[in-house]
Amino acid sequence: MQNDNSALAAPHSKRAGFDFAHWWDKVGILLVLVVLVVLMAMFAPNFNRVDNLLNIARAISINAVLAAGMTFVILTGGIDLSVGSTVAVSGVVAVVVAMAGVPAPFAILAGVLVGAACGLVNGALSAYLGLAPFIVTLGTMTFLRGLAYTMTAGQPIVSSDLSFRVIGNGYLLGIPVPVYFMVVVYLVGWFLLERTIYGRHVYAVGGNAQAARLAGVKVKRITTSVYIIAGICAGLAGMIFAARVISAQPTAGTGYELDAIAAVVLGGTSLAGGRGRLFGTLIGSVILGVLGTGLILLNVPFFTQLLIKGIVIIFAVAIDGLKSRPNLFRRRGDTA
Amino acid sequence: MSAPVLQLEDVSKRYGATLALDHVHFDLHAGEVHALMGENGAGKSTLMKILAGNIDADTGRILMDGAEVTVNGPADAARLGIAIIHQELNTVPAMTVAENLALGKEPRTRFGALDRARMVADAKEKLARINSTIDPNQPLGTLSVGMQQMVEIARAVSENAKVLVLDEPTAALSRSEAQQLYRLIADMRQRGVGMIYISHRMEEVWLLADRITVFRDGRYVGTGQTADLTEADVVRMMVGREIGALYSHGPRSAGAPVLQTHGLAGNGIGPVDLTVHAGEVVCLAGLIGSGRTELARLIFGADPRHSGRVTIRGKDTTPRDPVDAIHDGIGMVPEDRKGQGLFLDHAVSRNIAISSLAKLSTAGVIHQDAEKVAVLEQMAHLKLRASAIDLPARALSGGNQQKTALARWLLRDCDVLILDEPTRGVDIGAKREIYELIDALARAGTAILVISSDLPEAIGISDRLLVMREGRIVAELQSGDASEENVMLHATGSKLHTV
Repeated sequence: MQNDNSALAAPHSKRAGFDFAHWWDKVGILLVLVVLVVLMAMFAPNFNRVDNLLNIARAISINAVLAAGMTFVILTGGIDLSVGSTVAVSGVVAVVVAMAGVPAPFAILAGVLVGAACGLVNGALSAYLGLAPFIVTLGTMTFLRGLAYTMTAGQPIVSSDLSFRVIGNGYLLGIPVPVYFMVVVYLVGWFLLERTIYGRHVYAVGGNAQAARLAGVKVKRITTSVYIIAGICAGLAGMIFAARVISAQPTAGTGYELDAIAAVVLGGTSLAGGRGRLFGTLIGSVILGVLGTGLILLNVPFFTQLLIKGIVIIFAVAIDGLKSRPNLFRRRGDTA
Repeated sequence: MSAPVLQLEDVSKRYGATLALDHVHFDLHAGEVHALMGENGAGKSTLMKILAGNIDADTGRILMDGAEVTVNGPADAARLGIAIIHQELNTVPAMTVAENLALGKEPRTRFGALDRARMVADAKEKLARINSTIDPNQPLGTLSVGMQQMVEIARAVSENAKVLVLDEPTAALSRSEAQQLYRLIADMRQRGVGMIYISHRMEEVWLLADRITVFRDGRYVGTGQTADLTEADVVRMMVGREIGALYSHGPRSAGAPVLQTHGLAGNGIGPVDLTVHAGEVVCLAGLIGSGRTELARLIFGADPRHSGRVTIRGKDTTPRDPVDAIHDGIGMVPEDRKGQGLFLDHAVSRNIAISSLAKLSTAGVIHQDAEKVAVLEQMAHLKLRASAIDLPARALSGGNQQKTALARWLLRDCDVLILDEPTRGVDIGAKREIYELIDALARAGTAILVISSDLPEAIGISDRLLVMREGRIVAELQSGDASEENVMLHATGSKLHTV
């Protein structure tokens, strides 16, 4: 096979067993990120300034934390649409509690616990009543949003001297505090998934729930737990959000669940469950963040930004889908 | 003899570094049953995929009635009169039998709506052609695997197939269903249909096939008239070496009772009382639907129990769920290896380790090195290539998948092992290894309960047979005294039954 008519030739020697799926799993999504960063650095003014990069890091932290929890849920083959609403409810609770004079750490704890409780409800309804998670969390998404409006009477509660505002706006050693939260969430999440029995069980439930049960995995308990983890992450994200805007916003987190799902899927985790990596989710989150910030720097109108974001998501998922059809990268009847 | 209805010449297919088919040839005459035999990985499935148009061959050509044809997809295959009854059925469980039979060719009324009455009538007629009395309005998923297969065959017959490929058609059939299939095959032979018959079961190949072709490692080994060949000849061709008597095992001595059920009922079966002793292999025999799998799942806590108890060494261990059963020392390899046994997308190592993680970890954190060592030890024990450790289970052959499922419980070191159809879809070499393993485990004191629909196997590998019928144990036979006829007599409950 000569290279001069390479337009028709497959990109690589098929006879050497070039394995697109394997290759894409290893480096595909990182490559997308690298290309994106290079393009932005070349064309977007001020993109590669340190303060801009730190801003991006801070901007993605909320979505990244939500997406980490979402990864656990999706790995079991579930979905959680309620995390955006949980951001609002937990933020409202934490701000109200803090305004009542409770010390900041306990206010934060209260917010996170509210998130965990929301997750427990989602998980228990899905696992023990056998309801479809899509429907359950669609229901709780609406309910919790209603709850956030009810608690605030529909108005933001501003608390300009909010005790825990540092976790949204502060810096530690020159790095925004939310970034530390994000890093810790990912380290803990990675450890759970890759190094513990619990993580193996999460993958097992998503890989084949029946087989998991017959192998001695407590499927219902694991299923419930991943929603609790998603709830805790949503609670943390709610704290960061409330601290950023130093107020309790009933509209906080609207649509965030979809960005989180997009990050997970961009990161290569299968919506069918059982396959994926938390690290991929982080990259997915960063891609969305870089894209968002870069397009703003490029003065791309907001409407166009949405168009581009949508195309990127579909492109990434399409590439992912091609992995299972390697024939598309080989010519039919590859005869000598 | 007439010209071959089908000829495959010089067919090769390469997957990456593996040559799945190496310039093989095969031919089939009208009205002939031609058995294609070989171990898993011999290339049979690849050849069938090429014939079905699912994949392209790298070299070679396909001729039908002497003229070269191209098969570029299932639709082409159907048009040419090639029908394939797959090992894994291609049906829609939630739809009715009639809907499945009409799939893609639904009859329409004048107004373009679905003509349900005609669809049902058509289905009845198609089923009648294979002498089946299945109700066309039943959802397919509620039928046994054997019945579902009948529906698939009815479809192929209705499409006037000239070439019918039967890929392990009796693997999931009860004896009487298999008999029905044999009659159907005889009938189709009369009509001039050429049939490629893929099977690991020697006795039925000799019963049905006119000729036998053997493949090994993607290569054509030879073809002969069935009448001129012995089983030993074919086995030698398949494995390239002699294999000792398939089921032979030395004398075993049963120890104290280990697993006992006391009036165990639920899941539509029982009450059942049974005992399996240490070092004993007990086989549950019976027809499909006699409740053997259901009993196994009750013992394992996988289905809700209505009444009764399970004890292990006299201690009440009645499980609420599989977690309990595993905790009490029971392991079960389910019948549906892919659906219930394995995590097909996950690495072999993870499949093996999943039930033993507690002993490979501290405070929930897995010792990865210890895990790898333990898994490799079991893989070596079962003659699984160490290089397979990180492969997804999906990539393994049937035999190696089954070994992976077994390795899980070997690593766990169970007192009681329940094996539901442990050699289904497994090639003869791996079968022999699994039998040796069962024997070795029994000798080491494990109490083993096997379910097998393969009667020679059931009798050959066990010490005792418990025959089930309609959810109860109706007979207990010492394997040494049991004959296939005797077992069938009890299994069917008919004194008039002839085998």
